[in-house]
Amino acid sequence: MEERLSSILSSYEGKREELIPILQQIQGEFGYLPEQAMLEIARFARVPESSVYAIATFYTQFRFTPIGKKHVMVCRGTACYVRGASRVLETVEELLGIKEGETTEDMEYSLETVACIGACGLSPCIMINKKVEAKMTRKRLTDVLGKGEAAEA
Amino acid sequence: MVQDKITLTIDHTEVVADSGATILEAALAGGIYIPHLCYHPDLEPAGVCRLCMVEIEGRGLTIACRAPVAEGLVVRTESPEIDKVRRVAMELLIANHHVDCLACGQDGNCAIQKTSAYIGISEERLDALRKREASSPIDTSNPFFDRDPNKCVLCGICIRTCVELQRVSAIDFAFRGPETIVGTFANRPLAESRCESCGECVVRCPVGALLPKKFQQPAREVRTVCTYCGVGCGLYLGVRGDTVVSARGDDDSPVNKGSLCVKGRFGFKFINHPDRLTAPLIRKDGTLTEATWDEALQLVADKLSTYHGDQFATLSSAKCTNEENYLIQKFTRAVMGTNNIDHCARLCHAPTVAGLVQSLGSGAMTNSINEVMGAACILAVGTNTTAAHPVIGLQMKKAVARGTKLIVANPKEIDLCRFAHLFLQHRPGSDVALLMGIMRVIVDEGLFDKAFIDERCENFEAFKASLDDFDPQFVSQTTGVPWEKIQQAARLYATEKPASLFYAMGITQHTHGTDNVLATSNLALLTGNVGKPSTGVNPLRGQNNVQGACDMGALPNVYPGYQRVDNDEIRAKFEKAWACSLPAGAGVTHVEIFDDIERKTIKALYIVGENPAVSEANSSHVVDALKTLEFLVVQDIFLSETAELAHVVLPAASFAEKNGTFTNTERRVQRVRQVIQPVGQSRPDWRITCQIAQEMGKSGFDFASPEDIQDEIRSLTPSYQGITYDRIEQEGLQWPCPSADHGGTAILHTERFATKSGKASFVPLTYRPSAEVPDKQYPFILTTDRSIFHFHTGTMTRNVQGMDVLNGQELLDINPADALSLEIDNGATVEVSSRRGRVSVRAHITEACLPGVVSMTFHFSETPTNVLTNSALDPVAKIPETKVCAVQIEKPDSPAG
Ligand code: SF4
Ligand code: SF4
Ligand code: SF4
Ligand code: FES
Ligand code: FES
Repeated sequence: MEERLSSILSSYEGKREELIPILQQIQGEFGYLPEQAMLEIARFARVPESSVYAIATFYTQFRFTPIGKKHVMVCRGTACYVRGASRVLETVEELLGIKEGETTEDMEYSLETVACIGACGLSPCIMINKKVEAKMTRKRLTDVLGKGEAAEA
Repeated sequence: MVQDKITLTIDHTEVVADSGATILEAALAGGIYIPHLCYHPDLEPAGVCRLCMVEIEGRGLTIACRAPVAEGLVVRTESPEIDKVRRVAMELLIANHHVDCLACGQDGNCAIQKTSAYIGISEERLDALRKREASSPIDTSNPFFDRDPNKCVLCGICIRTCVELQRVSAIDFAFRGPETIVGTFANRPLAESRCESCGECVVRCPVGALLPKKFQQPAREVRTVCTYCGVGCGLYLGVRGDTVVSARGDDDSPVNKGSLCVKGRFGFKFINHPDRLTAPLIRKDGTLTEATWDEALQLVADKLSTYHGDQFATLSSAKCTNEENYLIQKFTRAVMGTNNIDHCARLCHAPTVAGLVQSLGSGAMTNSINEVMGAACILAVGTNTTAAHPVIGLQMKKAVARGTKLIVANPKEIDLCRFAHLFLQHRPGSDVALLMGIMRVIVDEGLFDKAFIDERCENFEAFKASLDDFDPQFVSQTTGVPWEKIQQAARLYATEKPASLFYAMGITQHTHGTDNVLATSNLALLTGNVGKPSTGVNPLRGQNNVQGACDMGALPNVYPGYQRVDNDEIRAKFEKAWACSLPAGAGVTHVEIFDDIERKTIKALYIVGENPAVSEANSSHVVDALKTLEFLVVQDIFLSETAELAHVVLPAASFAEKNGTFTNTERRVQRVRQVIQPVGQSRPDWRITCQIAQEMGKSGFDFASPEDIQDEIRSLTPSYQGITYDRIEQEGLQWPCPSADHGGTAILHTERFATKSGKASFVPLTYRPSAEVPDKQYPFILTTDRSIFHFHTGTMTRNVQGMDVLNGQELLDINPADALSLEIDNGATVEVSSRRGRVSVRAHITEACLPGVVSMTFHFSETPTNVLTNSALDPVAKIPETKVCAVQIEKPDSPAG
C-alpha cells in the first residue's frame, strides 16, 4: 500500500484544496479510504487527521471499509423508492447481516445505496458488481445473493 | 494602540463598545442578556446555534455573535419575529438533546436550562420535545472525563477549543446532516486519538456532554502553584473535607492565564492516594516497621551525630519549596559540616548553570514565558516542549498561528514539528556541530550583529576562528542534516528578529552538555538576540522548583544566590549568620556521591524527595551503592524504590499540605499555599529538617513558619532580597529583585551582563563525539524522551489512576526500516541491552525516530531505562550522558551474541 500511496501523493503539492481530489484518487485506487492512507494524507497536507476525516465523512461518495467481492448497490431513486426500495434495503441488510456502507467480515459482500441507476422500468432494482438485477422481491433477493440458508434461519 | 470606542443602542439603552467587538459582546458587557449557546469569549464565533438572533433597525434579523458593532446601530433583542426564530432553534436543540437534568452533572450550570428558561419553553413543551433515549454509547475511554454524544448540541465549542486554543485538533465535526457528530479521527474512542486530555474542552462545554468523571463540587478552593513542571502554572485546588477533589487554572496567573495541561488539571489524585506514607518507618530486623515520630527523629539525630564532614551527604529535592531547600542546605553545611549537597538539577541542567554563567554571567532563563508570543522566530532545540512543558508549548503553537517562524531541531520528530517551518533532525549528540554549522553560515553570509558584538561581547575573534573546523561537509556528515537546511535555519534565525532560543534536556544531558549550552549562547550573542524582549537563551527547567533549589544553594559549590563557598568573604558572611564554621572546599556532585559511597568515604546519606534508584543513569550501580550505606534516611511522600532501601523513612507532606514558595523556570518566585492538613502523620519537609537539627541540639532551626525562613533567605541572598510574602501574595516576582521597591526582572542582561567585565563572552568550541558511539556489538543509539502524561520517575503521576490508562507502559520507539531488518512487529517484546544492563520492552514502530536511533522514556520502574544509560560525565558540569548510549536490540528468543 505504501508505494501505491506515495505514487499518488507525489503528483500533488500538499495544498489544502487538493484534499478532495486526493481522497477521490485514493478511493479509486483502493476502493475505499484506508485509515493508514488518511493518516498519510494528513501528514502530507499538514492538516490534522481529524480534519481529513471530517472532510471525508462529509461527502457521501467516500467509504471507509473495503469493497467485498460482490458489491451490492441498492437503488433509492424515485421509481425504486415508490416500489419499496426501503424494504429492499432492509431485506438485504438482514440477509447479509451488515448495514449500508459496510462489508461482511469474510469480505464477500459490501453494501451501498445509490441514486437512480437508470433502469427505472425494472424497479425496484439493485446492482451487483455493475450487473442490474430487476424487480426485487424477498425471494429474488435470497436467490441473487445466494443466501438461502440465511433467509431460513 | 488605543481602541476606538463605538456607541450603539441596544433595547433603547446606549452602549459603548470597543470597535471590533460583536453586538453580542457589546450587549453582554453592557449588562444586557441575549441568549447564546455556541458563543464563547475565548473563541472565534461560529454562529451555529442561532439563539442570539437580534434585529438591527433597517437591516432585519441577524445573529449577534457574528455581527460587528458599528456607530449608531439600533439593535433590538426582542420582537415577535426574533422570538419565533429563537423558539424554533431552541426546540430543535431540545429535540436532539437527551434531557435528563436530574441525573446530569451540569444541572444548574447548563446553557440549555438557562436559555430555554429565558426563551420561555414550558415544562410540558420541553417534556414533549425532549429526546428520551440515550441512543449513542457514552465514550468513557478517557480516564478523566466522559463524552456523552446524546447530550451534545453540536455547538462546536469543544472543537474550537481543541483547534484554536490548544492546537491539538483531536476532534472535529464528522459526517453530515442529522448524522453529524463531534468525532475523533476514524471515530475512535478519545483515548485512542491525539487528545492530550488537557480538559480545556471539558471546562467550556456549555452542557453536560463533556463532564469530569466522578465530579465532586468542591466546598472551597485555594490558590496555589502546580507541582509538576517548571512552567509553574497558577491553579486553584478544590477541597471537600480533607480531600482535594478538583483543580482549575488561575485566569489571573501571568504564567498560564488559566490554561493547564493534563498533569496540572487531573494530576492531583496522588495527594490523597491510599499509598501515601502516613507514619515514620524504621528498619527493624531487616524490615521497615512503623514507628513514632519521637523514635524516628531520635534515631536519625543519634545516628547523624556520629558522622561528620564529608562522611555525610544530602540529596535535596527540586520538588520541595525554596524554604525547604534553604534549610536542607543549611543543615548540611552548618550542622553536618560538609558541602556534599546536590539535587536532580545535576541530572538535567548543571551544564546550563556552568555554561551560561561562563558566557552570560547567570545560569537562568534570560527572558519570560509571556514573551514567547512576541518572537518573530523561535528556535526550539532539544526540547519536546509540548510534552515536557505543555503550557509553554501552547504559547509556541499560538505564536506560530500569529506568524512566528518556528525552527525545531531534535533527533526525534516530536509533536512540535507539526507546527514548524523548518525541522532539523540531527543525530543524537551532534548538537555542537549543528549549532556551529548554523553560526558558520551566519558569519560567512555576514548576518551577524556587529554593533552588538562590538559593544557588548568579548572574545569574538577566537570564537570566529573556531568556526573554521565546521565546514559544510563535516557538519552535514556529522549531523545528518543537509547543508541547505542548515543554511535556511541560519538565515531564518539571524534575520527574523527578535528571535528566542529554547532548549531543555536534549542539549544538557551529554558529556559535552556544557559545550552544547555554550553553543546556544554563542548563537544568541552572534545575532544580538540577548537582553531584549522576546529574545534570549531560554533553558526550560524540568521540575517545578529546580530553579529554586539551585537558587537556594542545594548545590555543592554555592550558597544561596550562587555565592561561592570558596570565597572567603562570602563564607565569613554565612559563618556569622549561622554562627558556625563552614568548610571551604566544594562538595561532591550527585553522581560522585554514589562513587564515594562505593569507596566507603561517604557513609551516611539523607535523601529528600528524590528517587535515584530509578532516575539515575546506570541505576543498578546506584542501587548497589545505596545498599552499602551505613545509614540512609529517606524523606518522601511515597515509599519509593529508594525509600525501600532506607534505614529510616520519614513521611513528608505534599505541596498541597504546606506553605512556601516555588521559583519557576522564568525565575518567578510564587506562593504555594496549604490546601489541606498533612495526610496521616506526615509533616512538611521544612519542619522535619528543623526537628532533626533541634534533636541534635543545634540552634538556628527554630522557625515558626516558612515565612520566617524566607526572611532569613532574604537577608543572605541579594537576588531574593526584595521578595516578601506580602509582595507576592497576588502575583509572583522574578529575581533579581534586590530591594523592597524593585519590581523584579523580566529580562536579564538588558544593560550589562552579570559577568565581572559586564560583557558577554563568546566561547570557542570544538566538536566532541558522545562518550559511547554505536559499534558492531551495540549498533543502535538509544536516546531518552518524555511522555506528556507522566512526570519523571512517576512517583506522583503513576499514583494518579488514569495516567496509566493513557500511557500504561514503556515503549521502545524504533524506525520502520530497523524494525523490518530485525523482523520486529509493532508491539512485540524486544530485549534492549547496553554495556551496563538489559531490559525488555515492547516495540513501537514509528517514523519519528531516524534509522539507527531508538528512544525510550524513564517513567516506569518496571522497565528501568536507566540501567542502560551511560553515567559518563560532562567534565565541567558533571552531568551524566543520559541522552546517548549504544544499545543492542534482540528478539527474546534469538541467541545472545
Ligand atoms: S460536546 Fe459540548 S462543547 Fe462539544 S459540541 Fe457538544 S455541546 Fe458543544
Ligand atoms: S481534552 Fe484537550 S486535547 Fe483532548 S479533545 Fe479536549 S481540548 Fe482537545
Ligand atoms: S504545564 Fe507544568 S506547571 Fe503547567 S499545569 Fe502542566 S505540569 Fe503543571
Ligand atoms: S429509480 Fe431505481 S433505477 Fe431509477
Ligand atoms: S451564540 Fe450566536 S449563533 Fe450561537
